[in-house]
Amino acid sequence: MSASKAAPGTAPAAARRSRRISPASLARWETLLVLLLVALIIAGTRLSKVFLTGNNFANLTSSVMEVAIMALPMTLIIITGDIDLSVESMVGLAGAVLGTLMVAGLPLPVAIPIVLVVGALGGLLNGLLVTRGGLPALVVTLGTLALFRGLANVILGPTVISVWPDWFTEFGFGTIAKSPIPYTLVAFAILVVVFWLVTHGTWLGRQVFAIGKSKAAARYSGVPVASLRTWLFVVSGAVAALAGIILAARFSSARNDNGTGMTLTVVTVVLLGGVDINGGKGSIPGVVLAVFVLAVLQNVLRLAGVSSEYQGIGVGLLLILSVIVPQLARQTRVVADRARRGRRPPAGPVTQGETTALS
Amino acid sequence: MAASATPGTRSGPGVVGRITGGLGRSRELTLVALMVVMAAVVTVGAPQFLSASNLGQVTAMAAIIAIAASGEAMVVMTKNIDMSVESVIGLVAFLVGVILRSGDLPVPAAWLVGIGVGLLLGMINGAVISAFRIPAIVVTLGTLSIFRGIVFILAGGKEVNLGDLPPGYADLATDTILGIPVFVLVAVVIVSAVGLMLWKTRFGRQVYAVGSNAEAAAILGIRSRLVTFAVFALAGALGGIAGVMWGIYFGTIYATSASGLVLQIVAAVVVGGVSISGGSGTVVGAALGALFLALINNALLVLQLPQELLQAIYGAVILVAVSADAVLSRRHRLGAREARR
Amino acid sequence: MTPRLQLSGISKRFAATAALTDVSLELLPGEVHALVGENGAGKSTLVKTIAGVHQPDAGEIRLDGELITVPSPAAARALGIAVVHQEPRLFPDLSVAENIFLVAPPTDRLHTIAWKEMRRRAADLFEQLDVHMDVTAPVRGLSMADQQLIEIAKALSVEARVLILDEPTASLSAHEVERLFTIVRRTRERGVAVLFVSHRLDEVFALCDRATVFRDGRHVVTAPTAELTTASLVRHMVGREVSLFPKEASTVGEPLLEVRNLSDASGFRDVSFTVHAGEILGLAGLVGAGRTEIARVLFGIEPRTSGEVLLDGKPVNFRSPSEALGSGIAYVPEDRHQDGLVLDFSIAHNITLPVLPRLFPRLFLHARTEAEIAARFSDRLRVRTTGVDQAVSALSGGNQQKVVIAKWLAARPRVLILDEPTRGVDIGAKVEVHRIVSELAATGLAIIMISSDLPEVLAMSDRIIVLHEGRIAAEIARADASEERVMFAATGQHEAVVAGGAHGR
Repeated sequence: MSASKAAPGTAPAAARRSRRISPASLARWETLLVLLLVALIIAGTRLSKVFLTGNNFANLTSSVMEVAIMALPMTLIIITGDIDLSVESMVGLAGAVLGTLMVAGLPLPVAIPIVLVVGALGGLLNGLLVTRGGLPALVVTLGTLALFRGLANVILGPTVISVWPDWFTEFGFGTIAKSPIPYTLVAFAILVVVFWLVTHGTWLGRQVFAIGKSKAAARYSGVPVASLRTWLFVVSGAVAALAGIILAARFSSARNDNGTGMTLTVVTVVLLGGVDINGGKGSIPGVVLAVFVLAVLQNVLRLAGVSSEYQGIGVGLLLILSVIVPQLARQTRVVADRARRGRRPPAGPVTQGETTALS
Repeated sequence: MAASATPGTRSGPGVVGRITGGLGRSRELTLVALMVVMAAVVTVGAPQFLSASNLGQVTAMAAIIAIAASGEAMVVMTKNIDMSVESVIGLVAFLVGVILRSGDLPVPAAWLVGIGVGLLLGMINGAVISAFRIPAIVVTLGTLSIFRGIVFILAGGKEVNLGDLPPGYADLATDTILGIPVFVLVAVVIVSAVGLMLWKTRFGRQVYAVGSNAEAAAILGIRSRLVTFAVFALAGALGGIAGVMWGIYFGTIYATSASGLVLQIVAAVVVGGVSISGGSGTVVGAALGALFLALINNALLVLQLPQELLQAIYGAVILVAVSADAVLSRRHRLGAREARR
Repeated sequence: MTPRLQLSGISKRFAATAALTDVSLELLPGEVHALVGENGAGKSTLVKTIAGVHQPDAGEIRLDGELITVPSPAAARALGIAVVHQEPRLFPDLSVAENIFLVAPPTDRLHTIAWKEMRRRAADLFEQLDVHMDVTAPVRGLSMADQQLIEIAKALSVEARVLILDEPTASLSAHEVERLFTIVRRTRERGVAVLFVSHRLDEVFALCDRATVFRDGRHVVTAPTAELTTASLVRHMVGREVSLFPKEASTVGEPLLEVRNLSDASGFRDVSFTVHAGEILGLAGLVGAGRTEIARVLFGIEPRTSGEVLLDGKPVNFRSPSEALGSGIAYVPEDRHQDGLVLDFSIAHNITLPVLPRLFPRLFLHARTEAEIAARFSDRLRVRTTGVDQAVSALSGGNQQKVVIAKWLAARPRVLILDEPTRGVDIGAKVEVHRIVSELAATGLAIIMISSDLPEVLAMSDRIIVLHEGRIAAEIARADASEERVMFAATGQHEAVVAGGAHGR
């Protein structure tokens, strides 16, 4: 897997960190994901001969690549305690802008950077409203979820742009020289390396975790909390625009509803990857594992004949379960402690979840 | 309605407060003023705006959104959010259609089943959120997808058509009593009832208390998890009522009906002055917010402006409303501090 | 006489620490009973046990001779135990009146809330307290003192058998304290037993009939206040004679930081002072006098509205802590847990957090370098730990404070602002913190020390600036400083009046 190639030097550092952050639980979580992945692969192999073919691998990976790349900045945003719900609409807006620019006669190599800048600007709007405006990220990005989608509607209307240069669509669903490796997987792998290094190997990553654990203490320690959070939204916007470009290439179409419903899957992957919805905890390798768990799960369901309309139920359940399970583990630990010491604990040790719903 | 129109937590501002925060203190009045101005401007451009049939259209849709928004408002007051409400509306609308199509139950019984299912879905949200202490955004984003998936299973690829329903069923959306549309009456009764409950009962005040300071509420012995559960259950039931009305209004119901509606509902809540950080606001404000959005929607229609703008406008309304709240509350806080010097 | 409230053999542990060990306490009807002790002596734990917040591990509680359990704060209230907690816990969005009556609001015939009646009763309560308060205003934006008064009104709103006041005067003005005392005395006459927790010993003697001293979670002594003196009380509290670490003589050098006519939006106005290299400048004053606000502006957290700040004679204007840090200003904040430390981080990660960009200019972390730096500074401050990998949340208060200071020393500041550096720190660690601060001044750092602990300010400062309601009320040289002079300036009294023996305003 691409993830394992990334920076051998930083892996132990990451492992050390996770042990310290939550006593062994994160490591166990990642093991759990590996086991889950293996189980799914076995199930897939039993289910169909097609499963282990290179063609199927290319299919199953390229079908989640948009979600996968958006999950990387989303991981950092959730670690800081924010959330970006607007990414799915940026996917649609990016496709709309790209298609419109192309139809207007702009060559794609010029149009693509413009679209990435549009994405970054959209993220900047989110970031500034959250950090300078002091508004909760949840509501701001709910607003831009509607706003960006609305802009895509305004730009495209009911038009579908479906004529694209061959090289562009080839990037969307082609593989490298007859190997089963899609181009988009390579793009994802490069982003994984960058995000892994930054998150677990640099002080920028350390500052991101510090913000997630205590915004006040981070600020008093000279961490540029506001600008770092803003930058994460900018990156998220730009990466969402990249995902929009990839989606347009893969379906060779730009429609105003491209990407609808994707935010749910992105957030699911991030939380399934062991990132704490309350901020402060998480790891890139966990999220990368979760990406593949989701990809294989969807593939297995498809091979089992479950229509994609019903798969929403599976994703929804997965999202809720990936938050319930660690929470349940935490609560049973508290109960066990209580039983061991034979008394009730001091008031309010497990109230984390309650207070952060909107902020 | 009179009692609930008095903002629960904002009654009797001091002199300084009245000057500095007047606008923020009565979001309801601000909205009414805005709507009057908007109606005047639109009428100049398109006189048919004031026709009875057009106003009936506007208010019927506003009534549906207002009922769902009053549930969402309560949820937001407790510092939570319910993203799944649009799927509840879609599921209930579809289910009632399916029941009526089968002809197994009389119409009122089908409605009761629909509302009951809404309540049940709300209870599921509330139970998971309060039992496991998980952020509402995660749970309701999940159930948004799960409930919608159930509609797809229920639909099996087919929609419910107007022809499948009892004759005259869809007329209920436009019927009037004493010249007032039935939908509007229903909405007024429900919103007033919820408003009175929040303003005059202990449970209602606990909703505000939990959203304002959960820790202090716990110390006072307020069972905030129970309050959270109840609020989500109520929001589910209100979503169920909105779903029944949605089915009546549209007649033809698809598996994807009401998709994306949550943005409009949340927009109604925040534009109605319910603070997203919990603890303040009124359901009357949320209902007025729903009417405000319906007016914008209709204005685009009668002025023949592109409907594509609508989604962008909802987004802008959310952003402007929460920014305005933040600015006003900051100014109010400084005002209060200055007043003491 | 049957004690109104009788606690016997109460013990309470939190994880590894024993907060209370076999303590007993009797409150008689119609007495005001003081509970005193150092920080960490177990006073707050005892209050919370009576209030139903904590459950005791052992021991029994009797109310008017009857054995009771207090499973929750609601149960305490039902039993007639009213508590004013140290930190107000109010609902910012709800009105003052509703905050008082939220649990048991007056209702009308339909069992719905009678708002008019509620407002009337709330207004009556504040009239009793002789305080002007708009009971319909939301609590958001009210001062700490006002919020404290609301808590007191809340306690008075129920027919209490026992009234517990946990450090109620911390943020009240002299006038408000006097009003509170009058109310407490009136309450006592109704046969209520009052437990008064405070570390202002003058208040203990002014108000209380008997006093109980706790030390390290144990009962030390209970005696009528008439038989006690300040000195004997202090001796019981600390268990030994205290000698605070006096500042070492250091050569005061060039002016380093100059503040000219500085004002902010609401906290302080027109403040001017200079700090020199090697000097400790004490900032004294009551809570809310504007001391912390000055520090926050100097450190770039809040903006100033007018005035100038000069560093080495050059004007500076920091818009963020990182800018202030870059110019060599460090700030040890008042709230260690909230602002000073990332509690989940290790000691090493906390110490290096402010210096990471300088330590690793090429972005990538190097674990060994980091550990070495952290170990150097944590050793220098003698942080007691098993290693710099240990999480700071596992350290004692004193050691945590040392980590905060270590963190700033690693940043090599030239001006160090300390905000209540020894609050919540045990006496041994306090002396160590004083030693460290004194040594730092000797190395040429300019130090601004904000403290509400008067002996500390007097012992440590070369010069003392006293703030009163956002303005400088006095500047006192070390040689002329006394507790009385500082206190009079802090409460806004003129020395001439003081000389005449007048009290109050």
